[in-house]
Amino acid sequence: MCGAAGRFGVFAMNESGNGTQPGGVDLDALRRRQPRFQGLDGGHRACLGCAQALAARLVLEAAGPDVAVANATGCLEVFTTPWPESAWRVPWLHSLFENAGAVASGMETAFKAQGRAVKVLAFAGDGGTFDIGFQSLSGMIERHHDVLYVCYDNEAYMNTGVQRSSSTPHAAATTTSPAGRERLGKRHLKKDILSIVAAHHMPYAATASVAYPSDLRKKVRRAVAVEGPTFLLIHSPCPLGWGHDGAKSIEVARLAIETGLVPLIELERGELIGAMPIREARPVTDYLKAQARFRHLFVDTPQAHRELEHLQALADHNIEIYGLRGTGPDPRDTASADTVRRGGARWA
Amino acid sequence: MPQALEGSQAIARAVALCRPQVVAAYPITPQTHIVENIAKLVADGALECEYVSVESEHSAASVVLGAAAAGARAYTASASQGILLMGEVLYNIAGLRIPLVLTCANRALSAPLSIWNDQQDSMAVRDAGWIQLYCAGNQEAVDTTIQAFRITQETELPVMVCVDGFTLTHTLEPIELPSQEDVDRFLPPFRFARALDPAQPLSLGTLVSPDWFTEARHSQHGALLAAAANIEAADADWAALTGRAWGGLLEVDGPAAARIGILTLGSISGTLQDARAAWPDLPPVRLLRLRAFRPFPAAALRAACEGLETLVVLERALSPGGGGIVTAELCAALYGLDAAPAVRGFAVGLGGRDVPLETYRRAVAAALAPEGGEFAVLDVDLDKLPEADRYPEAGPCAAPPVDSESSR
Ligand SMILES: Cc1ncc(C[n+]2csc(CCOP(=O)(O)OP(=O)(O)O)c2C)c(N)n1
Ligand code: SF4
Ligand SMILES: [Mg+2]
Repeated sequence: MCGAAGRFGVFAMNESGNGTQPGGVDLDALRRRQPRFQGLDGGHRACLGCAQALAARLVLEAAGPDVAVANATGCLEVFTTPWPESAWRVPWLHSLFENAGAVASGMETAFKAQGRAVKVLAFAGDGGTFDIGFQSLSGMIERHHDVLYVCYDNEAYMNTGVQRSSSTPHAAATTTSPAGRERLGKRHLKKDILSIVAAHHMPYAATASVAYPSDLRKKVRRAVAVEGPTFLLIHSPCPLGWGHDGAKSIEVARLAIETGLVPLIELERGELIGAMPIREARPVTDYLKAQARFRHLFVDTPQAHRELEHLQALADHNIEIYGLRGTGPDPRDTASADTVRRGGARWA
Repeated sequence: MPQALEGSQAIARAVALCRPQVVAAYPITPQTHIVENIAKLVADGALECEYVSVESEHSAASVVLGAAAAGARAYTASASQGILLMGEVLYNIAGLRIPLVLTCANRALSAPLSIWNDQQDSMAVRDAGWIQLYCAGNQEAVDTTIQAFRITQETELPVMVCVDGFTLTHTLEPIELPSQEDVDRFLPPFRFARALDPAQPLSLGTLVSPDWFTEARHSQHGALLAAAANIEAADADWAALTGRAWGGLLEVDGPAAARIGILTLGSISGTLQDARAAWPDLPPVRLLRLRAFRPFPAAALRAACEGLETLVVLERALSPGGGGIVTAELCAALYGLDAAPAVRGFAVGLGGRDVPLETYRRAVAAALAPEGGEFAVLDVDLDKLPEADRYPEAGPCAAPPVDSESSR
């Protein structure tokens, strides 16, 4: 992380105002020389193995430097900007929890009014997207702002200590949907945000996973190239909230895909245009067993058995409706050029 | 040449003269005519600007926040429930030191539901860190709107221009609209030093630990206080350009020999001036009008109280269970002053209750009464209330009886 002083709450990459750091390093030249653009620097305060931190880095690698980020309140915002330091190498604005969609709308409108080629990205957690920020996201899409909205989905309010959100999967235990004698974790289904977003005549909406970085980057590039609203839901394991070792984040993320619980799909104007095939679907218990938030399901009671069957049925349903059982290319294939793209198609 | 314009229309034209690049708004009575007029100016090509019709006031404030942070001159308007829904964002805008202008078409807050005028809405966000300017009339609203755009970019503090709903927003008056050349001369192009820019990446809105928060608030408080000079300079420069000045922070009008003063904000002051002219036989009265409520012009108020024995406050809001908001701040400003006037505060004109000329006579009578408490709600019809709510209207300071023959 870099350190500098400025107006409170405003971290400046440098104070001199000419893109050169006191040490004489030309930031602009440095940026252009990097084989991969690194928009989120190391040294931030995320937990070890935080997939959200990795996901944000991957998004910026693919989106390139000519972007500006509106970040909702949440873990990502907090762990990247402990004043007077910041891990961001792109212009970044955090306002509030529920207004990332609206702040991004304003930024995009302003850049358009000034004729400036800057792609606006909105970053928010699942709480800031599925729940409290849903209205401003819906407004942003309806007004057709040229913004890529990225939801880092760790399936709970992690920043405030693991409370349930409407993205928390059925039966997962959180501090506000705890498992006990009478209850087996969250009683409600995970909201199907992608379909809801897609129902806005959405040009492009997709899911991605940190376990498939080249697929993730490809989807970012695709989204950035669209002139209009796009949405990317990135499944991002949280070792702290899910209860797994930080070293296992990618493994856990991959299991979510391989069981069919989290389908990797792309929608254009609401129509399915692509799905990551699963060669050999694994039982959901492989995924659930890896996390403490589902531990209460592994007891020998009729209720627990029923919940496990229910979760397996949800995965089977995904595999069915999205046609995930496939023989297509190996999803772990990472062949993809990592090019620094500036601005997106509109500005190419 | 003056044109007959509705207040809202005049304010919209003033906004357009300031060449905003982004306007975002959500409709609410009595602000609607302002934003409708701006939308029409954009639709007709008379104003080149991005007009964003948002899905809530929370988003209206958030859109202009983002727009200004990205380097655009931005404007929004709201009232009442809309101001409260924006509340969280208003604090955020101010704390981030984002320059933009908002018109508050002052209206009461629910419940009970009322679409009519008082100033409870802007008073509810007085601590948000915004500059607040209150206008007495529509010509002042036009001129103040233009001044606000200059003040905000000089100070990097957001400015709320408060105009009484209906009384000003829906009233047709002869208005002198300044020329585009004059406005361009007065208002330099918008440039925000901390604008979001990929070539110059800044992080705005970071997390601060207890080690820093106190200092951040200290800076913000100081910036608000220092903005007093910018408000006065803007008014003075505007006067040099157009011949019209509005009193800077505090308008003081009346004889030095007066022993009675009346302090108010907004459009009531015109009523008081008319009443004073209508009853020249009453004791001389000095009329004080807070044009700036934030920053609070304590020093100017102390100076304006010179020679006064009693100062009556007429304010269009209250803090239930506390008392008068302006009254309390005035008392704090006068505390410790040698020969500070006695203060009698009244809430008047709540939820659109008419403020007739007679209010002036009642204020003068209250000032002359030997006894008086610090605050009461004026003009309460106790007969409408259940027995339990009929506590004396004015508590220890009974409002002076109305002279029925002169009632208007
Ligand atoms: C209006 C408002 N309500 C509540 C909060 C407290 N809060 C801050 S972050 C957060 C949860 C964030 O959850 P999510 O969006 O999923 O992001 P995560 O931290 O999990 O990445 C909550 C409840 C707040 N900052 N603002
Ligand atoms: S709590 Fe979870 S989301 Fe937050 S920083 Fe830690 S691992 Fe990342
Ligand atoms: Mg979350």
